[in-house]
Amino acid sequence: MSLLTLFAIVFVLFVLIRIVPGDPFSVERMSAEMILQKREELGLNKPVLVQFVDYLSLLASGSFGNGTALYNGAPIKPILTACLWNSFKVGVLSILFGTIVGLTIGIVAALNRGKILDGLCTLVSILGVCIPSYVSMIFLQYFFAYKIPFFPYFFDPSNFFGSAIMPALSLSLFAVSTIARFTRNEMVEVLNSDYVKLAEAKGLYGFELVRRHVLRNALIPVVTVIAPLVVDLLTGAMVIEKIYGINGVGKLMVDAIAGQGVDYNYVLALGIVFSALYIGVMLVLDILYGIIDPRIRLTTKEG
Amino acid sequence: MYTPQKDDFEFISGREIEIDENFSSQGYWTGVAVHFFKNKFAVTGVILVVGIMLFAIFAPPASSYEYDQIISVVDANGSEIVAKSLPPQFSGSDVQNRFADKTFIFGTDDMGRDLWTRTWHGARISLIIAFVAIFIDMLIGTSYGLISGFFGGTVDNVMQRFIEIAGSIPTLVIISILAIFMEKGIGLVIASLLITEWIGMSKIARAECLKLKEREYVLASRTLGAGSFHQIFLQILPNTIGPIITQVMFSIPVAIFTEAFLSFVGVGIVLPQCSIGSLIEAGFGNITILPYQILPPICVLAILMLGFNLIGDGLREALAPKLEDM
Repeated sequence: MSLLTLFAIVFVLFVLIRIVPGDPFSVERMSAEMILQKREELGLNKPVLVQFVDYLSLLASGSFGNGTALYNGAPIKPILTACLWNSFKVGVLSILFGTIVGLTIGIVAALNRGKILDGLCTLVSILGVCIPSYVSMIFLQYFFAYKIPFFPYFFDPSNFFGSAIMPALSLSLFAVSTIARFTRNEMVEVLNSDYVKLAEAKGLYGFELVRRHVLRNALIPVVTVIAPLVVDLLTGAMVIEKIYGINGVGKLMVDAIAGQGVDYNYVLALGIVFSALYIGVMLVLDILYGIIDPRIRLTTKEG
Repeated sequence: MYTPQKDDFEFISGREIEIDENFSSQGYWTGVAVHFFKNKFAVTGVILVVGIMLFAIFAPPASSYEYDQIISVVDANGSEIVAKSLPPQFSGSDVQNRFADKTFIFGTDDMGRDLWTRTWHGARISLIIAFVAIFIDMLIGTSYGLISGFFGGTVDNVMQRFIEIAGSIPTLVIISILAIFMEKGIGLVIASLLITEWIGMSKIARAECLKLKEREYVLASRTLGAGSFHQIFLQILPNTIGPIITQVMFSIPVAIFTEAFLSFVGVGIVLPQCSIGSLIEAGFGNITILPYQILPPICVLAILMLGFNLIGDGLREALAPKLEDM
């Protein structure tokens, strides 16, 4: 099913990009004959469906073809993998940070419901929602790299951890607040349920109670919010990478669409990669549901 | 024969009958409103949003400068100095890159434009974009979801597969393809919001519709011979409004954020027009030297996001009150 969706997406993206008015050669300095020759060379005169099949075989051979405007038409794949790796490192760091901190805040808030600590946690989660990641990035960069030069001002691959902390922090802010809010609400509901009261009555308390009875049941809705968050990170990363000078996929995308010439092949390749990532994340989550709550797997089998 | 009057009786305890306010009869929407305005956070949200809106409406016309007016000064010889874009280190004329003071409440930018006027004009543009886009999204999404949920079967199946594919393409990819198609500017921002935001709306409408379509009153109207259109839009739609409005309140900050993000990346609003995003982008260029330029748009953005989120939370609680809140 996921593969089918991915195939459909690749098809839609490809057709969309091919029927876009204007092409990579609508540049004044190219004569009509040159454009014709170039089009012939790249196979742009064939019917769109034939081109699509060609492109699929290109993909199957593990390549994305060459760029049309960026980097003088160098092959896309090595550039893309390098950028993907950079983004991946920062992204994973921020997801880890976001989930761990978010869960902790949520749990602490739920256990101290109605006390000062709860209010404090609510405040943090509200702040996280209303401050976009790039705004917090600008602030972090201004204060902790410019005013107090503690972290490098721009991303520095040779000093990965030093320079990845700020972007990861600001990217995860939204995730922290959303996860914290959901965890808190779910935990409060579960804590009020009968089976938790029973467990308490039997003498279970503290960490063990939370781990064995509360967290498992509270986690399912939380996992549901994590999925879109992971993808949101991509969007957020686009600006963060621009601000912080990280050579990642987000920056590549900006270059491909907002640069001097739109690079159709890069947009296509990035579109496919992003969609594949998204579908992959969804797939992993479906599997995670089954692990957290075995009932879900059972019901889908029966139905 | 004597008929007893009301005055002939008195309560033994000496007090009037207590009217039970919690369970007194009140309409659905009155109940929602009462719940909503009892919630301090929600009221704060309303105040914040309405405040920003008032400023966005009245501040630009009340200001003595236009949002795109490059303020010129007359020098000692009587000739006008026209501002040119300069690096932030230099100050070409008195009114360029000027720090906030009484004349220019938020200061001026690198072209010598009044940031007070520009900030509120930008807020206005951002709000207009968000409202227009989300309103159309609401129309499209609600109709799509209701139709899909109402007819069920093959129609539903096909429509849901379409949503599945459309929803699997990340927003970013859709926006970048649109950016190839269209000119940069307001149109692009609205179009990308139109294409991406209706899906969530339609999912909620469909879920509500599935819940409601088997209710007695819908069955009654079907029995009386009402057509599908009548049932969907006159019987079911009015009862789905609550959740949809809540979703709208959560979508508006997303729209404002998306606009700010697009403008920041450079495919959004084009100069000299401005929006919150483009102002932040302009301010970011000079942040190390003139940090005051970036503060007003960022504050407006944060307040708007906060306000709409608080309103959304309040609405959600007011529409589905839990027992503990009563």
